[in-house]
Amino acid sequence: MSTPAIEILGLTKDYPAGFWRKTMRRSLDHLSLQVEDGEVFGFLGPNGAGKTTTLKLMTGLIFPTAGTARVRGRSIDDVAMHREIGFLPEQPYFYDYLTARELLDYYGHFGTLSKTARHERVTQLLERVGLASAADVQLRKYSKGMLQRTGIAQAILHDPKVVFLDEPMSGLDPVGRREVRDIILELKKEGKTVFFSTHILSDAEMLCDRVAVLAGGKLQGVGAPGEIMSVEVHAMDILFELPPGGTLPASLAGRVTPIGGRCRMEVPEAELYASLEQLRRCEARILSVSPVRPTLEDYFLRMVGKQQTASRGVEVAVR
Amino acid sequence: MSTAPMPVAVNTFREAVRDRVLYNLVFFALLMIGAAILVGQISIGIDRLVIINLGLSAISVFGLVMAIFIGVGLVSKEIEKRTLYSLLAQPVRRWEFLVGKYAGLVLTLVVNTSFMTLGLAAALFYVGRPFVRSDALILVAVYFILLELALVTAIALFFSCFSTPMLSTLFTLGIYVTGIFASDIREFGDLTKSPGLKALTRVIYYLVPNFHNFNAIAAASHGEAIPLVLVAQNTLYAALYITLLLVAASAVFSRRNLK
Amino acid sequence: MTGTMQMRSLWSVLIAVPSLFASIALLQMRIDAETRSIAPQKDDLLLRSPAAIQKMSFGYDSLLADIYWTRAVQYYGARFNTKGATYELLWPLLDITTTLDPKMIVAYRFGAIFLSEKGTAGAGRPDLAIELVKRGIAANPDEWHLDYDLGFLYYWRIKDYESAAKSFLAASKKPNGPQWLAVTAARVAQKGGSLETSRIIWSEIYESNKDPKIRERALETLQGLKAAQDEMGLDQIAAEYQKRFGRFPASVAELRSAGLLNGVPVDPLGYPYVFGPDGKAALNPDSAVVIPQDLNSLPAPSH
Repeated sequence: MSTPAIEILGLTKDYPAGFWRKTMRRSLDHLSLQVEDGEVFGFLGPNGAGKTTTLKLMTGLIFPTAGTARVRGRSIDDVAMHREIGFLPEQPYFYDYLTARELLDYYGHFGTLSKTARHERVTQLLERVGLASAADVQLRKYSKGMLQRTGIAQAILHDPKVVFLDEPMSGLDPVGRREVRDIILELKKEGKTVFFSTHILSDAEMLCDRVAVLAGGKLQGVGAPGEIMSVEVHAMDILFELPPGGTLPASLAGRVTPIGGRCRMEVPEAELYASLEQLRRCEARILSVSPVRPTLEDYFLRMVGKQQTASRGVEVAVR
Repeated sequence: MSTAPMPVAVNTFREAVRDRVLYNLVFFALLMIGAAILVGQISIGIDRLVIINLGLSAISVFGLVMAIFIGVGLVSKEIEKRTLYSLLAQPVRRWEFLVGKYAGLVLTLVVNTSFMTLGLAAALFYVGRPFVRSDALILVAVYFILLELALVTAIALFFSCFSTPMLSTLFTLGIYVTGIFASDIREFGDLTKSPGLKALTRVIYYLVPNFHNFNAIAAASHGEAIPLVLVAQNTLYAALYITLLLVAASAVFSRRNLK
Repeated sequence: MTGTMQMRSLWSVLIAVPSLFASIALLQMRIDAETRSIAPQKDDLLLRSPAAIQKMSFGYDSLLADIYWTRAVQYYGARFNTKGATYELLWPLLDITTTLDPKMIVAYRFGAIFLSEKGTAGAGRPDLAIELVKRGIAANPDEWHLDYDLGFLYYWRIKDYESAAKSFLAASKKPNGPQWLAVTAARVAQKGGSLETSRIIWSEIYESNKDPKIRERALETLQGLKAAQDEMGLDQIAAEYQKRFGRFPASVAELRSAGLLNGVPVDPLGYPYVFGPDGKAALNPDSAVVIPQDLNSLPAPSH
């Protein structure tokens, strides 16, 4: 069995809280999970769940109260581990008096490349993230999307095997998000392991091989997005169009939601064919029939709802 | 030998150079030196004395302002602005980061002090006296000022690792002033009758960095030679104390949880 | 860092920090020794104008006064009884101190003694001392000690007994001024200087001053005065001896065997008196007592 890319064992983090800093608030509670080489792993949870705490623990910005973690076999205590990882912090802040090129070149000094090789790599990276034209503009003049791209560039600067991204899609417009998604898929193709946190579930569904759900500092579940979701189908969703001048049968009228010129109706699975028959009789044109599956969101909300009642509404942001 | 502090130092220097505040400070220092020329005209025969005295004092004071002003933010600013997040994820150790920040600021101070010293030399030149051999003492005095600034910077850096800029400024200034008056405090303790106070002031004397050691301004203005032994001893003193502070700062910072 | 690495670095810090402090302390001692061996540098008081300093003090007058006062004390202390010491800066320092804080009585009193003191113990400028004390009186009219000090200066340094008596009298009339001072004033006006009066005056200086240096000076002077008085007494006995035996005694033992003296008279530091070749009583050569110069030597009242 090969070494997992990321191994987390009982990782716990307590913060002193309260006015006298005597009580401890547990922001991460014995997290244990494994990420295999080459996986794209999504780390889901609401705000304050402990996602950023986990990432900061993995990258050595804070220190665990208990538990250990390893990346590609090296402990997070070991500074050599940092050669294998890249990190994109949430809302990255960089030295605003530097240009993107200068920043990447600065960070590049901590790697092993020679001067020329480093310059080349920086240029390459800037091209790859689409910042070639703005490379020599000071970072203080960058838009949010440009900063995010700079962040990704510095995260993959040393060609790390494992990349940690904290909310990489946050604050981006659809174009930006698309670009980031593409980059993540590219990284996967290059054989890298990507560990990213997000609270946007559709992104997780689209990109991840596996996801973990975190709420209130505790791991709620791990598995492929499909596994996490229940496959029980309880209802069917019918999209249809009435003919001009046509009317709805009275029995259905209450259940139909008009959307633009079309209608949408949700019926229990058992009644599907009967409803379709009724629609055929009034010569409605069927546009689509699809099962209503609980999404990751439902799972999420259910989990979080459970968690919230359990922890008596203590939902404080970690930062 | 670890080379990671180097890029940090270069970047810190770059940041200082791009910060307009520094230019203002250097400008004001040069202004003061210019004013010294005027003040010197007040009395015949002491124009040189006044220029050297005021000039070196100006260099010392403005250097101090720079050292403290930038020093207290060396680490705390990076934590505040979260620029440290991406930096510390890089393969760089925390102590390497600290040493680099420190070296960068000291480099900045050396460059600025050199500019100001050039201004002082220009002022002396302007007053019409050709340079005499004893003027080399001014360089020794400037060297002592640099030692002083390097030590103050280390103190500021140390506090910057765990305290806010405002508090760090107060602490650093407090230690600096105590260090200046350290021998007076000790003499005061010797004069009192209480053995407890005598012991306490003695402990303070040896604990606190004795900044009065570095005051060679009077000697320079009077053209009195400073023995080489003293130069060596003061250099060693500064080096030891700075090492102490950097070790302590590393110890504190290495375990600090970044918010 | 793994657990053992953490422990190791913790230990290295715990060892490094105290040992660094220790070496720093040792080095500081060497530096101090080095600086002391260099001749004391010419002291600088660049700004001597009290008015200018006052203008620049931004209202922190009394704080600055304290600082200058401390400097004055240290200045004096560093030079006290050092060979070849001069006290040029003492006057400017006290001048500035009292300008910044005219109510600093200690400064006036210090100046009264040490500005006027001669030799290696003072600046030798009684005129400046008088000027300082007069200023003090003007700023503190109810402070009888200052009038007293003025009287002292006239009496001891200038030998102007008329002015001295006037000042002593003025002092006795001020709030809390002691009554005996009026008596002393009358005596000085009548008879001028005498050993007894000098002892009274210096005793008062000893009693009323808290500054250790002043008290030390007063004590030394009092010891010298006592010795002078003892010598005069011995001289009287010696004169008796001469009448009886036709020559001056060579030692105190001779006086004892002649039955003119009981016991061994010692000076205030415990050293026995001796007789000089001229037949006059003198201090033991081992004694540290110093008799003040140019004393007024009216005969002490007989015991």
